[in-house]
Amino acid sequence: MRIIADKHTCIGSGQCVLTAPDVFDSDDDGLVDVLDSEPDPAHEPSVREAVALCPSRALSLAVTAPDPRRAH
Amino acid sequence: MTTIDHGTSPLQSFPVQRCPFGPPAEYARMRDEAPVVRVRLPDGRVLWVVTRHAEAQRILTDPRISTDTTREDFTSISGGHDNETMAKLHAGMFIDMDPPEHDVYRRMLISEFSVKRIKAMRPGIEATANELIDAMLAGDRPADLVAEFGLPLPSLVICQLLGVPYEERAYFQSRTRQLVNFGSDPEAAIAATEQIRAYLDDLVTRAEGDPGDNLIGRLVTERRATGELSHDALVGMTFLLLIAGHETTANMLPLSVLTLLRNPGQLAELRDDPSLWPGAVEELLRILSITDWAAFDRMAIADIEIGGTTIRAGDGVYVLGLAANWDERAYPKPGDLDIHRRARNHVAFGFGVHQCLGQNLARAELEIALRVLFDRIPDLRAATEDFNFKIGAPIFGLYDLPVTW
Repeated sequence: MRIIADKHTCIGSGQCVLTAPDVFDSDDDGLVDVLDSEPDPAHEPSVREAVALCPSRALSLAVTAPDPRRAH
Repeated sequence: MTTIDHGTSPLQSFPVQRCPFGPPAEYARMRDEAPVVRVRLPDGRVLWVVTRHAEAQRILTDPRISTDTTREDFTSISGGHDNETMAKLHAGMFIDMDPPEHDVYRRMLISEFSVKRIKAMRPGIEATANELIDAMLAGDRPADLVAEFGLPLPSLVICQLLGVPYEERAYFQSRTRQLVNFGSDPEAAIAATEQIRAYLDDLVTRAEGDPGDNLIGRLVTERRATGELSHDALVGMTFLLLIAGHETTANMLPLSVLTLLRNPGQLAELRDDPSLWPGAVEELLRILSITDWAAFDRMAIADIEIGGTTIRAGDGVYVLGLAANWDERAYPKPGDLDIHRRARNHVAFGFGVHQCLGQNLARAELEIALRVLFDRIPDLRAATEDFNFKIGAPIFGLYDLPVTW
């Protein structure tokens, strides 16, 4: 899971910061800052909620290829 | 003016008066009928209302939906203004602008209302809440919770943030009341708008000469000086923030108190576990939906297919926030207050690029004010059973709320 955030679309509602504070922050202009664009899977539910709550649809998720080093 | 086919069946007339604690029965009927439904305004014009949650979010994020009230064919419920009057009152009013024009203004303000900035304001909001409660406890019983707490708290906070002298509140509060009750008298609303703008024009002129350490002062220093912002646009932005900072939280707060008093079990839970307050505030915002359609008048600027229906370019569209927030497809048993519900995706603050700029300030004010009030006055109760609801007003609330303890 990789997070794509579009600062040009962001309206600074802060929903992502409130939902997943370990993953999102707001910059000096109040716009989205992604702290960790490929967060640990444990964060996935809150990241998905943040994406759904974003009022300007500035957040999206891309599926990342499995890490071959983790393959069995 | 409109291309909507009037069809053969009689149309629901609109607006429909709400029940005090919930939507009118017509909302459930229309929502069951279709996600978008045609309604007729008192002057005969026909427009669409959006009744369901999913479609409300879709419409409010659709770039083919405009909120530019200066368009000649815009179907506003207050209707009937000449374009010259509208244009004069339009400068800086980015709530009535589409991107990219809208974004220029909004981006100048985002950092002022960011999660971080609001967090830093919380101790000041709590101190203000305590001072107002001190005064209320020292006064007579019953006390009016609207006049002594619900209105002064957000008013003090927004005046301090903007740099508007709180001592001058009688002037702009009385005119704000006329403005938000425009349903009854459009001419009075225009007069009130002009008077508030004249007051703020003078205030902004003073700030241009001597900018203070407040939002208006910062915009003067950072945006007026650079030529990014005109004088009239700064007046319009200030106007929007002052109105929005008053008639929203000031109505939500007393209504929330009354709603919680009617749900003593959940109030007891909140007293035992204050970490439940943020979730409770979201649920109160959802179930009360005080703005309903008031901020959600739109116009299609291209044909839009939605829910098996085609909204034609030029058609007026109102999103019914109260209907969407009571949509059982999104919220099971929507009429039951449930502070544990996952209600954060409500549309009480709207959705899309126009979603409330001050939403995190509103959340902080409500959370702090409600927690402090019920902590400080544990046996708070209503001193009447006959409540003065703002029935028919575009923004719902209580004219007064006598309380005792």
